[in-house]
Amino acid sequence: MTDFLYSIFVGPFADMIALPDFLMQVLWEGFVAGVLYALIALGFVLIFKASGVFNFAQGIMVVFSGLTLVGLYELGVPAFMALIITLGVMYVLAFSVERFVLRKLVNQPDIILFMATIGLTNILIGLGQWIFGGETKTMITEQLWLPTGSSVWEPNGGLVIFQHIDIAATVIAVLMIVGLGFFFSYTKVGRALRAVADDHQASLSVGISLNQIWVIVWFAAGIVALVTGIMWGARSDVSFSLQIIALKALPVLVLGGFTSIPGAIVGGLIIGIGEKIFEIYWGPLFGSGVEGWFAYVIALIFLLFRPQGLFGDKIIERV
Amino acid sequence: MLKKLIVGVLGAALVTGASYETAKAEDTLYVPSLSYRTGPFAGAGVQIANGFADYFAMLNARDGGIGGAKIIMEECETAYNAQKGVECYEATKGKGALVYNPYSTGITLQLIPKAPVDEIPILSMGYGLSAAAKGETFPWTFTYPASYWSQMSSILKYIDANGGVKGKKIGFIYLDVGYGKEPIPLLEALGPKMGFEVAYFPVGVKEMQAQSAQWLNVRKERPDWMVMWGFGAMNASAIKEAAKIRYPMDKFIGNWWAAADVDLRPVGESGKGYIGANFSGIGTDFPAVQDMIKHVVDAGNSKADPADVGGVLYNRGMFNAVIVAEAIAAAQNATGKKSITGADMRVGLETFDLSAARLGELGLAGFTAPIKGDCADHEGAGSVFMQQWNGSSWDQISDPIAPMTDEVGPLLTDAAAQYVSDKPEWKTQSCN
Repeated sequence: MTDFLYSIFVGPFADMIALPDFLMQVLWEGFVAGVLYALIALGFVLIFKASGVFNFAQGIMVVFSGLTLVGLYELGVPAFMALIITLGVMYVLAFSVERFVLRKLVNQPDIILFMATIGLTNILIGLGQWIFGGETKTMITEQLWLPTGSSVWEPNGGLVIFQHIDIAATVIAVLMIVGLGFFFSYTKVGRALRAVADDHQASLSVGISLNQIWVIVWFAAGIVALVTGIMWGARSDVSFSLQIIALKALPVLVLGGFTSIPGAIVGGLIIGIGEKIFEIYWGPLFGSGVEGWFAYVIALIFLLFRPQGLFGDKIIERV
Repeated sequence: MLKKLIVGVLGAALVTGASYETAKAEDTLYVPSLSYRTGPFAGAGVQIANGFADYFAMLNARDGGIGGAKIIMEECETAYNAQKGVECYEATKGKGALVYNPYSTGITLQLIPKAPVDEIPILSMGYGLSAAAKGETFPWTFTYPASYWSQMSSILKYIDANGGVKGKKIGFIYLDVGYGKEPIPLLEALGPKMGFEVAYFPVGVKEMQAQSAQWLNVRKERPDWMVMWGFGAMNASAIKEAAKIRYPMDKFIGNWWAAADVDLRPVGESGKGYIGANFSGIGTDFPAVQDMIKHVVDAGNSKADPADVGGVLYNRGMFNAVIVAEAIAAAQNATGKKSITGADMRVGLETFDLSAARLGELGLAGFTAPIKGDCADHEGAGSVFMQQWNGSSWDQISDPIAPMTDEVGPLLTDAAAQYVSDKPEWKTQSCN
């Protein structure tokens, strides 16, 4: 019994103190994972804010955009041209989703829209496999001027390794979040989008085009998906199994709130760092492999105190 | 327009039906292929399916089939999903299926109880349930050329021969599904006996491409060797993460599902030194592979990218087809029939003899260690060899390493007895 209590309340902290460089490495890896989770969650939040749809297809959009980029490059299209064409493809996708899916389902229950995004997921999986095949593809990194290699920091004889692509992912994610914040706060379209997020009917009554807003927001989610695909693909290649990683964003959304961009970021970081710390220091007590479910434990604990998530809108409906 | 369409469809259906009847009237051999060209493991599945299909296509084109009977090979897409695999089995078994090659341990485990009922054997070539190596307990399932347990014992022998295994810590990183967990009982049994410790690093399907936590744990545990039972996108991610924490690549061994060209190409130079277990030859120098190129690939009848022909998984798919073809020939000899049944095929799988001489006749000299079908031994105790990634291709670095049959055999017997212990209706066979 004493050993058990020691392994929970003393051992992990003793390990942290004994190997501070390793602790720093764990924190860094958790931070990077958190940034990437936040990026995926951001795609979900954008669409949920504007249309109330939980976009199940966000994961496959990450894969589809990554595969389009690499596929075009393999066909001989220069890297940056491939990037621009991929953005075009994501716009066409956003337009098609609005024109052929959302427009026909206006005023339908949310669950119908959710089911429609499941259908969209399967269409994109089939389309992607038909066009690009099922094989794992290597993300173009150097061609997009993304850094490779690593830097080492040796505090007191320890070892902390920083992958340059991880640093780049962090910087790009921050720039993207700042850019989106600026877009939502200071542009006419951004303000219209926020109005739509608050109240569809009120927005329509003042002349905001819901259809146009949906195209814009799905396109924005497509850009986020492309950036996520590039960054995650650079870490571990582009394959259809990458879409499963989107599920990692679920606890982030539960924690941060489905409608909050800051929530996605803070939630991503809490989940990323929390699951790594728990996996490394307390995971052995459970036979390892705990990070998959521990993220939900963190989210549910937060929900006990804030049911709408950390930054989610508190909904009060009068009856 | 609609009328024309209906007439056209009906006409096509009649022609197809007529040609199917004609084909049935001839002597044919129906071999379903449970392939996965889609899904998270398609990268491996495509190459295996191509090698498997092209060998039969070559036999049809060059020899007119096997023993005068044409081979009808039909693919059914499983996406590596056990439920879809069972659906494929149910959809094809009534067409005269001779043998099933599930290419998934999950699907294999579902089909094992069905095989004796439908009398169609299962060949899980080097994968599946290790205990199925015991032919007396599992008359309808085969794991030639070696079960997972035997392969793991060969890997342990390699480690032992390269610095000793006693007193060492072995890290076992595995896909956290039935396939990945399969060798754990063997490691737990052999660890105390051989004096090594095992640290386990499970990788969930969701974490296949997000393994930083597992490799931080590797850095913490500092194992002397790492052994990987990975698959699909997990492999390249694991090798990249290993390189990231500067784990020595020449102490990192992947099993035969984690040592293909498709796994290492995305890794390139950073995977240099990584070792993989294998039991089938690499390259296009074998005359049999040349015949496949001549009769199938160059003739435009292959789905394979010509650059992939001769690759690890393409050749392994071909090797699977070779065993099936040899067992069909053995069954034809035993029964005197051109068209055989699943039950005949089972006999063929217990009597074929892929000797060194026969491998030479097939144009596969040195491709693999000889295998002989047997009633009691359904794995053939085949050997694996080690290959090492040089940054752009594989080099063979060891001779075939025979499994530790003395150690593994009794454990397999126990596991087989355990499997049937709660199945009073299970039919066994006696090989005396």
